[in-house]
Amino acid sequence: MNMNTDINSNKTITMSHGSGGRSTSELIDEIFATSFDNEILSQMEDSSVVAGASKIAMTTDSFVVKPLIYPGGDIGRLSICGTVNDLLMRGSTPKYITCGFILEEGLDIQLLKQIVNSMAETAREANVLIVAGDTKVIEGNGGLMINTAGIGFIEGDRSIDATRIKHGDKIILSGNLGDHHATILKTRLSIENNLESDNAPLTDMVKNLFKEGINVHAMRDVTRGGLGTVLKEMAVKADVNMEITEQSLPVSDTVKDFCGILGLDPIYMGNEGKAVIIVPNEESENALSIVKESQYGENACIIGEILASDTEYTAGLEKSLSNGNVYMKTPIGGRRVVDVLQGEGLPRIC
Amino acid sequence: MDLSKVINYLSNYDGEPIKIMEVCGSHTAAIKKSGIKSLLSPKIKLVSGPGCPVCVTASSYIDRLIELSQKENTEIVTFGDLMRVPGSESTLNEEKSKGAKVNMVYSPLDTIALALEKPDKTFVFAAIGFETTTPAYALLVDKIINNNIKNIKILTSLKVMPPALSWIMESGSDIDAFIAPGHVSVITGSRIYEEISDIYSVPMGICGFKSEELVLGIYGIIRMYNKKDYLISSGNGLVKNFYPSVVKPEGNVPAKALVNKYFKVSGASWRGLGEIENSGLLLKDEFSFLDAGSYDLLIDIKKNPACSCDKVLTGKMDPRQCPLFGKVCTPLNPQGACMVSEEGACQNSI
Repeated sequence: MNMNTDINSNKTITMSHGSGGRSTSELIDEIFATSFDNEILSQMEDSSVVAGASKIAMTTDSFVVKPLIYPGGDIGRLSICGTVNDLLMRGSTPKYITCGFILEEGLDIQLLKQIVNSMAETAREANVLIVAGDTKVIEGNGGLMINTAGIGFIEGDRSIDATRIKHGDKIILSGNLGDHHATILKTRLSIENNLESDNAPLTDMVKNLFKEGINVHAMRDVTRGGLGTVLKEMAVKADVNMEITEQSLPVSDTVKDFCGILGLDPIYMGNEGKAVIIVPNEESENALSIVKESQYGENACIIGEILASDTEYTAGLEKSLSNGNVYMKTPIGGRRVVDVLQGEGLPRIC
Repeated sequence: MDLSKVINYLSNYDGEPIKIMEVCGSHTAAIKKSGIKSLLSPKIKLVSGPGCPVCVTASSYIDRLIELSQKENTEIVTFGDLMRVPGSESTLNEEKSKGAKVNMVYSPLDTIALALEKPDKTFVFAAIGFETTTPAYALLVDKIINNNIKNIKILTSLKVMPPALSWIMESGSDIDAFIAPGHVSVITGSRIYEEISDIYSVPMGICGFKSEELVLGIYGIIRMYNKKDYLISSGNGLVKNFYPSVVKPEGNVPAKALVNKYFKVSGASWRGLGEIENSGLLLKDEFSFLDAGSYDLLIDIKKNPACSCDKVLTGKMDPRQCPLFGKVCTPLNPQGACMVSEEGACQNSI
């Protein structure tokens, strides 16, 4: 009897893997179900039934990064980290993830296995279950895209939201800026250095902050658009002014050099495992040490604060009485206005 | 004198008011990043000049690129910034979304790999820039000729700086001094500014791009201005090199020789300024077989008649005074070229 199934004899994805027939079942059974195996997924019904909570956080995200594998990670790990971190930033505990795969004809099946395994491993690390999935095959050139949805449970009446930001609060950044962005770019440009993506689930860090009773006012995942964009959006939503200090920003020497060569600014570079955490001044030192002791938080720093409402800057800048501004103190003591990233920045990185 | 004393001097300067033009776009971007303007006394005004290459590219050049991008079996190769520059009606970016073939690269030499990969296509490299980038295009031409590559052509919009500076002074500008370009000077050498400095009695300082280098350069220029040394005509004007680590009086001689081998001086059209005699470079007649149609691109039509790029680029208008600024003309929807690039005066004022 020939034990070789279609998926083992084929080297690449073909349109028949999207037919909904035997090839599709084999693809699902031998790649997705094997790696993602859990009780809920193995219900194998049209939808999965899961236990709930009185308040949940929901999110969705799509991942189209090229190349599919890069130093320090891959599109599979990225898809879990991105989804989980979005859930964490509202103070929820990530529980369930769904994933839709769009596979392009010609995709290498070994590569797909590698990505799916990495996704499963990252889900275990982040303590979430992949409870539903879907696969479609389209014409193309061996590419792969992933869409996810995520659900997290919220404990009690916890509310994490930029509108809770208060004057005097401190801004913590959980680690170095620009590693993911620079890694993707160097891979595309074939530049050799030791950079790796920072893609990581921040589960441990967020869990520890709440376990230690820190009154976190707001959190954001610093992904596309970078720190500048995230802070500006928060300042506008919270109707406050912020000031950060350029010298306090954690950026590795390699990323600094890389930015210098390509004319990039670390505050507009994307990250995939970095959070901005805004906490009351009196709890900031404690919160910082919790973050630093948590997984992926060793380079965390306090980078700035929320200004008192009557702070005015006039020297060289237009007098601004309105809120929603982010200022950055430069190393020579100058002050620069930080806006959201303008235009497209650089090619897609997530 | 240490840096803090220099900054103190600039903050409290109470001498004769001085308007300094930084010619180079990279200086404009560096000045914004450093927050220097917030440190200067109101008597020191910095304005941006026509030194951002995409900002001074005439509309007819963009129109020609778009036309070429729509030709069968032709693909455009360009740096990213140029994609968003408006021609008379459209941008390369808009055309790309409609199916035009445009490749974004980080080095002109990347074109060679593209051309070898697809021998049945013709690749047109969009060669725009000043003295700084022209040697890289000369190198591309050199490689095309030496390797007998048949399917690369270049569309040039190459400019040289000194005639534009003369033009600004002739046009009745009230500029008191110049921060001369740093990168351009690496190639050209510092001597090329002596004649202009002498004729128009303007002190010129060549500066680096780090915050401290800029601060020291501005300080040096103000001291030169106040000493009035330049009024004693030596025939060499008053040019000081505050960037001696990389700028030499004679410049980069081999790079200049390579440029002279392939290119000849010509008139050129500057966006908003019109045609300036002897301010451009074109492929020499014997190499014109590599040209994709650059010889008659002198027309420059404003996308929006109210666009004031010409006044901004000559230091006569602050970007914020333009009726379109921040309303109709934004980085996402630039009407004029100064809003397109990160190095443009208008985008830097947003």
